Amino acid sequence: MSEATAQKIPVTVLTGYLGAGKTTLLNRILSENHGKKYAVIVNEFGEIGIDNDLIIGADEEVFEMNNGCICCTVRGDLVRIMDGLMKRKGKFDAIIVETTGLADPAPVAQTFFVDEDVQKNARLDAVVTVADAKWLSDRLKDAPEAKNQIAFADVIVLNKTDLVTKAELAEVEARIRAINPYAKLHRTERCAVALADVLDRGAFDLDRILDIEPDFLNAEDHDHDHDHHHHGHDHHDHDHGHGLKHYHDEDMQSLSLKTDKPLDPNVFMPWLQNLVQVEGGKILRSKGILAFHDDDDRYVFQGVHMMLEGNHQRKWKDGEPRESRLVFIGRELPEELIRTGFESCIVS
Amino acid sequence: MKEFTPAPDSASIVSVTERVKPLALGMGVTSVHFLGPRAAFVGGEENVAFVDDQGEISKVAVHSGGILSAASDGKRLVMGGDDGKVVSLDAKGEVTLLATDPKRRWIDAVALHPDGAYAWSAGKTAFFKSGKSEEKSLDVPSTVGGLAFAPKGQRLAIAHYNGATLWFPNMAGSAEFLPWAGSHLGVTFSPDNKFLVTTMHESALHGWRLADNRHMRMTGYPGRVRSMSWSAGGKALATSGADTVILWPFASKDGPMGKEPAMLAPLQARVSVVACHPKNDIFAAGYSDGTVLMVRLEDGAEILVRRNGTPPVAAIAWNAKGTLLAFADENGDGGLLEL
Repeated sequence: MSEATAQKIPVTVLTGYLGAGKTTLLNRILSENHGKKYAVIVNEFGEIGIDNDLIIGADEEVFEMNNGCICCTVRGDLVRIMDGLMKRKGKFDAIIVETTGLADPAPVAQTFFVDEDVQKNARLDAVVTVADAKWLSDRLKDAPEAKNQIAFADVIVLNKTDLVTKAELAEVEARIRAINPYAKLHRTERCAVALADVLDRGAFDLDRILDIEPDFLNAEDHDHDHDHHHHGHDHHDHDHGHGLKHYHDEDMQSLSLKTDKPLDPNVFMPWLQNLVQVEGGKILRSKGILAFHDDDDRYVFQGVHMMLEGNHQRKWKDGEPRESRLVFIGRELPEELIRTGFESCIVS
Repeated sequence: MKEFTPAPDSASIVSVTERVKPLALGMGVTSVHFLGPRAAFVGGEENVAFVDDQGEISKVAVHSGGILSAASDGKRLVMGGDDGKVVSLDAKGEVTLLATDPKRRWIDAVALHPDGAYAWSAGKTAFFKSGKSEEKSLDVPSTVGGLAFAPKGQRLAIAHYNGATLWFPNMAGSAEFLPWAGSHLGVTFSPDNKFLVTTMHESALHGWRLADNRHMRMTGYPGRVRSMSWSAGGKALATSGADTVILWPFASKDGPMGKEPAMLAPLQARVSVVACHPKNDIFAAGYSDGTVLMVRLEDGAEILVRRNGTPPVAAIAWNAKGTLLAFADENGDGGLLEL
């Protein structure tokens, strides 16, 4: 992490459908003996009563930026609150934004991409979604908000696992994986999850994009964050080997692209820019590790809808396979168009 | 673009840096206002620091938390805090509690008129109080971004999302909505009461000619405009947000419609604050690299008040006579210049 990034205040976005257990998780975070102070931006006062922390009420006021980007909505109240909080720098270590159960996480995330002042002082750490093991499967059918929250998540806390059978749990996990196989998933009762698993994840930190693998391949690694020990073997063989039932979600999917041939940056960059411009409304999250032709550095990028940020990350290590991997999570993704476009970026 | 590097032995610019009384305020500063003979530096939280003409500092506690908004009429300072309180501070240093939000919401904006009326906002509600009359309030469609009194003090402008609302608090049903898409934050009336100008979340200003509500788009800034100041007599509106001070012409009845702004005092740093002299056609500007300049409107002649190399200048103000200039950077290192 660069020094500038390290000085910025980390912001965790806490989402989850009504009744999933967001407040339980929040209270757990605040009451644990971690010696840190949080500024918590909530929608409703009342259920949180920790004196030590700053609790701020928000109104979830979303507005469109006048920049011609239709899905470029930001949370105006967050801009205002961040501005106010920065006057009290040093009085808290991190910020948690709790959204309402029906909120779309995108405007919150986009606020941290778009707003110059917010960006100067704070960094988005991760989107943490609390899901109800008993009811999520139903909500995924009837509540588009619940689906958005799963698709957007970096970390999913699958809560109330004590209220379901093993088969039901497997079913709900498979449904989550059909939408978002990349989020870290933690099974909990009463949101009992280690704080390190939800806070300081660096999910939006380009320096911390290590690999892009479906989370269940790393199931044994659950509580670790260090480099995974994969050796470039073909992971597709594993997809079906974990006893997971496979679902296909009708409108929300993830799309993974991979090549071991180098990409032409002069073709790839305009293609990606154009893709998110045209299809950004459908693409919720994107992420990539890229190996460019004649370039010894790994290039990484990540995006939210139409907003992208990317940079050279580090040198490819000796013996490290120079593979490019891209992942898109979104609604009704035009798979063929994306695949064909991606292939045209490969240096022939 | 004109290159300019204020070097210690630069012959190209008049410097008064050695005449500035340096101030170490020891707190983050967000604005400064003169109350009588003393400069009152508003802290990021809790305190206001008074500085007399000898550079003597004395602090007064005004809020228990962050100070989110401040406005002054030269006699007193009204502030809103994240403690849900509206307080005033007079030139003697006396603090008076003016209002407490029943839900302890943040007081995001305040405004003050020399006749004694004041206004504040919490969430979507703007409040008005004048003399012994009842407190009045008005709900607007979204969170209030800024408040400003019209020159006569009878009318209040409320900036919010997608426009501004003009309201005569003493006349029921008088609210008039001026629409313009986007988020409006700061707001100011021209001194002749003919124009209303807002700063927006985007890097732009928006204006309305109040006679016919005609729009004035003032765009082209590389950054958000956070500071606006009317020149003496209201002939021009000086603004921050670019690497020069942008001055929009308001002398004619059409205001800046169809006109180019003047661009003065270019540096390789963003203008962070600007304050026009109360009597003469001079302004002072603070920059993101810590530089402070005094500039003559007529020909752009510059005088260096403070060199670069510090955090952004966060506060700048003249006293009412225009004989004292006070400024401070974000970290609370400032200065006082007597002219």
